[in-house]
Amino acid sequence: MKFIRKIFLYLFLTAGGIIFLYPFYWMTAASLAPENEIADLTLLPSSISFNSYSQLLNKIPIGRSFLNSLLVASAITFGVLVFGSMVGYALSRLQFKGRNIIFFLIIFTMTLPFQITLIPQYIIMVQFNWVDSYWALIIPYLMNSLSIIMFRQYFKSIPQDLIDAARIDGCGEFTIIFKILWPNSVPALITVGIITFMASWNEVLWPLIVIREEKLMTMPQLITLFAVGGRAESQLGVKLASAALLAMPIVIAYLFFQKYFIQSMASTGLKE
Amino acid sequence: MVSPYIIHFIIFVAFPVTFSLVLIFHKWNIISPMEYIGFGNFIRLFNDEFFFKSVLNTLIFLFIHIPLQIIIALTIAEALNRKIKFKGFFRAAYFLPVVVSGVVVTMLWQQLYGYDSGLINRFLVNLGFSKVGWLVDPNVAMPSIAIMATWKNVGLYIILFLVGLQTVPPHYYEAAEIDGANYFQKFFKITLPSINPTIFMVVVLSTIGGFSLFIEPYIMTGGGPLNSTLSAVLYIYKQGFFYYHMGYAATLGFFFALLILSVVAIQRKFIEKEK
Repeated sequence: MKFIRKIFLYLFLTAGGIIFLYPFYWMTAASLAPENEIADLTLLPSSISFNSYSQLLNKIPIGRSFLNSLLVASAITFGVLVFGSMVGYALSRLQFKGRNIIFFLIIFTMTLPFQITLIPQYIIMVQFNWVDSYWALIIPYLMNSLSIIMFRQYFKSIPQDLIDAARIDGCGEFTIIFKILWPNSVPALITVGIITFMASWNEVLWPLIVIREEKLMTMPQLITLFAVGGRAESQLGVKLASAALLAMPIVIAYLFFQKYFIQSMASTGLKE
Repeated sequence: MVSPYIIHFIIFVAFPVTFSLVLIFHKWNIISPMEYIGFGNFIRLFNDEFFFKSVLNTLIFLFIHIPLQIIIALTIAEALNRKIKFKGFFRAAYFLPVVVSGVVVTMLWQQLYGYDSGLINRFLVNLGFSKVGWLVDPNVAMPSIAIMATWKNVGLYIILFLVGLQTVPPHYYEAAEIDGANYFQKFFKITLPSINPTIFMVVVLSTIGGFSLFIEPYIMTGGGPLNSTLSAVLYIYKQGFFYYHMGYAATLGFFFALLILSVVAIQRKFIEKEK
């Protein structure tokens, strides 16, 4: 009885695994299949062809968009780590007037639905003349409430003695943050880094709003417009190739740092 | 130390919120000067069938997505929350769609949902069923998107439930077993009440997600067929960036934000009462 239950359990979990993995497998296989096999491919293509990928490269500047996405996501991640730890440090370790107000503002920002600020933020971009520039993609995302809260929590767990000792040695506040706290906060840095990078890599609504020029588009934006605009010309293989390329960087990162991804995402979910 | 935060807050939070309160009383296409129209946008909104349609669509989405999400996530979490082999592999597999871009997931499911050549319909035909108009039938399109969104997000909720399940003190179950409780009694009397906070979180996160739905209908259906998948954000986007009705788009954003906050507040009340 127990044995049979175990078998059912594994069958159930495996069926679930197939449901979650098969579409990705199909995407990869179909994007690599010769053109006449794409439509009815269910398991394995008879031979591997990069035809869909080479056609895709001729149709849209996907290499450029990849670099744009990489630049934007890296800049945002770097900014969020730096500013997040500065504000997190101030909130957890420094005494200053208005500290509670700042904390309240952060919580307020976190609960504020983005629908209300979407249009005004676009108008700010227009006023700053930032439409069609990297600034529009990067600057609004440099501060992130959740990251500040996470750094604040993490820094609270670091012994005050460490900071006091550094102060006696004559360290300034920035040295304390980046030379003393950072080496002791690797898990927090990884968590914030992963969530921020992933969120900016996958962001698509904001780029669609502020970027019109093709050479500045991020990868998800370019591929979205490729998929909905007529340029894919209902060529399934090419569409799937573009989707596969978009998924690849995150999937590769996920394969290596799977545990960190899951922990990071779960911890953000728990805090919201 | 906090001055960058204050500057950023003023430009990207305080000003937008204040400015949206100005915008909702104006008509503006960004190019010509703003025109004060009093409550014009409000009157328009309450007579706008597309606004109500998008609210209704979001509610349809939530009514399917939330229960499905909770049932599937909880079932899989229960199955995983015991000594089994390859636990890490299963967990990682279910989580994969969470990390992948919504654009990829939507493009994939668009093919799976295809009417004639989609894998799901071909599978159904092979089994002797008739084809389903996943994305072309106005009654089915939103539920289809809700199913896809569940597939995309459920991995995260499996993890959250797993964390929740591990917080249930084991001696509760031991005591129940001594009293002769069966599996379902234990599940409904001990497990469910103990993971109430997790359920609330899943409900809230899914609700916010439902009101933020954009790229899925944008790519799959453009809001159709017959506006059956017109979502809140897609409608703001259309008013703002197709027609350049900035005042009206801001009014929509304002009302959707109020709606989200009140729905979440009601859910909180409801779940707290359940305790």
